Amino acid sequence: MSLTLKPKSGATPAAAKRPLAASPGTFLIWGSMAVFLLLLLGVVSSVVVNSFAKEWFDTWLPSGYTPTWYADAWKEYDLGQVIGTTLTVSIAVVGISVLIGAPASYVLARRSFPGKNILMLVFLLPIMMPPITYGIPLATLLTYYHLAPGLTGVILANLVPSIPFVILTMTPFIEQINPSIESAARMCGANMLRLFTRILAPLLVPGILAAAVLVLVRTVGMFELTFLTSDSTSDTLVVALFTAMTGAGIRAQQSVDAMAVVYMLMMMVLLVVALRFVNPTQLVSQVREETD
Amino acid sequence: MTLTGQRPARVEQEEPGNRPALSHRLAERGIDKLLLLLLPALVFALVLFVYPFVYGLGLSFQPKTGGLFGAYVKFFTDPSVRGLDSIWVTLQLALPAALLNVLVSVPIAYKMRGKFRGKRALTTVLVIPITLGTVLTAEGLLNFFGQRGWLNRFLGLLGFEPLQLVQNYWGVLWSLIISGFPFAFLLILSYLSGIDPSLEAAARTLGADWKQRFRRITLPLLAPGLAITFCLTFVLAFSVFPSAILVGDPSGSTRVIAYVAYNAWGQQFDYPLASAAAIVMGAVELVVIVLVLIWRSRMYKGSTGGKG
Repeated sequence: MSLTLKPKSGATPAAAKRPLAASPGTFLIWGSMAVFLLLLLGVVSSVVVNSFAKEWFDTWLPSGYTPTWYADAWKEYDLGQVIGTTLTVSIAVVGISVLIGAPASYVLARRSFPGKNILMLVFLLPIMMPPITYGIPLATLLTYYHLAPGLTGVILANLVPSIPFVILTMTPFIEQINPSIESAARMCGANMLRLFTRILAPLLVPGILAAAVLVLVRTVGMFELTFLTSDSTSDTLVVALFTAMTGAGIRAQQSVDAMAVVYMLMMMVLLVVALRFVNPTQLVSQVREETD
Repeated sequence: MTLTGQRPARVEQEEPGNRPALSHRLAERGIDKLLLLLLPALVFALVLFVYPFVYGLGLSFQPKTGGLFGAYVKFFTDPSVRGLDSIWVTLQLALPAALLNVLVSVPIAYKMRGKFRGKRALTTVLVIPITLGTVLTAEGLLNFFGQRGWLNRFLGLLGFEPLQLVQNYWGVLWSLIISGFPFAFLLILSYLSGIDPSLEAAARTLGADWKQRFRRITLPLLAPGLAITFCLTFVLAFSVFPSAILVGDPSGSTRVIAYVAYNAWGQQFDYPLASAAAIVMGAVELVVIVLVLIWRSRMYKGSTGGKG
C-alpha cells in the first residue's frame, strides 16, 4: 500500500499504479477527509461572507455587500490598541521565553545530572495541565501582588507554558549539533560566552526560529491565561473577540465577524511565516525526506 | 544569562592536594557551573508555576466556612456548583473527542505517510484550524451550523428538518474535533513517518498481507506515539472553556469544569472554591493521563527505527 503512494513524479497518488476505482477503505478515508475539509471551508467562509454582508437573513447569500463593518469594528472595539497589545505581548513573551529557555534546553540536551527527571517533570507539567488549572491560582496571586489585571500579568502568565515549550522544541535541534564542534572551540580557547555566541547560536538559528514562531502562534491564540489576567486595556485580539461575542448590548453580528476575520488574517500571516521555518510533520521525529 | 561568561569548572582541576577539589568531584557526577544556565528557567518555573500551584492548593483548604475540606465539599455537593456533574460533562466531551480524533487520524495518516504531490499543501490546510483558535471556530460554527446556516439550508433542500447543532453538546464536540483533529493528525503522521519503512517491506517480503503488517508491525511501533497523541489531544479537549460558552449550553449540557472554576473565580470571587475546582480539574486530567501511560508502558518499548 505504501509503495503505491510514492509515484516517482507527476500523477496523483491514487492514479499512479492503481485502477481508478478505489477500494472501499481508501474511498472512506479520502471521503471523510473531504467532508472534514468541506465543513472547515463552510465554517471559515461563512464568517468571511457575513463580515461583508449588508443584511443576511433567511437566504443562501446576503442581500448586498459592504466593507463598512471593518471600519465599524475598528472603531467600536478599538482594534488598533488591541492589535498593538497583542503584538507587544507576543513579542515580549517570545523574546523572554527564548532567552530563558534556550540555555536551559542546551543543558538538558547535553548533560545528565541527579534530579534531571524531576526537573523535566516541572518543565513538562505546565504543558500537560489545562491552562485554567494553574491559571486560576496564578491569576489570584498576580492580582494579590497588583501585577494583574494588566499587561505585566498577561505577559507573565503567558510565559508559564511558553518557556517549557521552547525547551521542548529546541532540545532535538541541540542534540543534532555535533558535540565535537564545541570541543574544538574549547580547544581553541573559546570560553562559554564565546562558545554560545560564536558557535552554538549560528548553528541553532533554525531551532530558535522554530521555537520562536511556535511560541508566537501559541501566544496570539492563547485564550484562557490572557482572559484571566487581562483588563479592558490589555485584552489581546482573541480575548477581545470573546468579549465582543459574549458581552452585553446589541452589536451587529457582522462587526464581530469582521473582527474575527482580522484575527484570522493575522493568524494566516503567522502560519505562512511559521511553515517557512517549521515542517509540522517533523516536529516529533526528524525524517530524511529522500528515503524511498 | 550573566552566568555564561564564567569559566567551566574544568579549569580548577589543577588544584594541589591529594583529594580532588569539591567542584571536580561534583563535576564527575555531572554537576558543574554549566548547570547554572538552568537557573533562570528553573526560577521562572518555581515562581510562576510551582508557587502559584502550591498557593492555590493551600487556598483551597482555607474556605471561609466549612473547615479544612469546605471548598471541596461545596464543590461536590452544593446544588449551585454541581461539581461532580461538571466533571462528567467534561469527560463526556473530552474522551469521545480525543478518541475520535486519534482513531480517525490513524488510517488517514497511514495512507498519507509517503511522499506525494500536494502533501505540503494538504498539511498546510490541516494546520489552519489550529491557528483559528476556539473563539473563531465557535463564531464559524454558529454561522454555519446555526438554524439558518448553510448546512441546515442544504438539509432543507434534501427535505430534512433543520437540526439543532449549536448551543448544545454537539456544537462543543464539533468545535473540539475541528480544533483537535489536525493536531492529532499531524502528530500521528509525524510518528508514522518515523517508523522505518524497511520493517514493513521485510514483512511484505515474508508474505504478510496489509492487515498483518498493520497489526504486527506498524501498530506496536506506533503505540507509544498513539498514547502521547491521545494525551495531548485529551488535554486540549479537557480544558475546553470558551467554546463551551459560545457554542454550547453553559448552564446545562456543556457546563464544563473549567466554566465552574471560572465562574467561582471571576463571578462569585470565591477563590477557595475556584482553587478547589482547578485542583480537581488537574487531578482528574492526571488520572486519565496516568491510565493511558500505564497502558503504554505495557506495550513495546524501544526504537521505532526512525531518529527521535
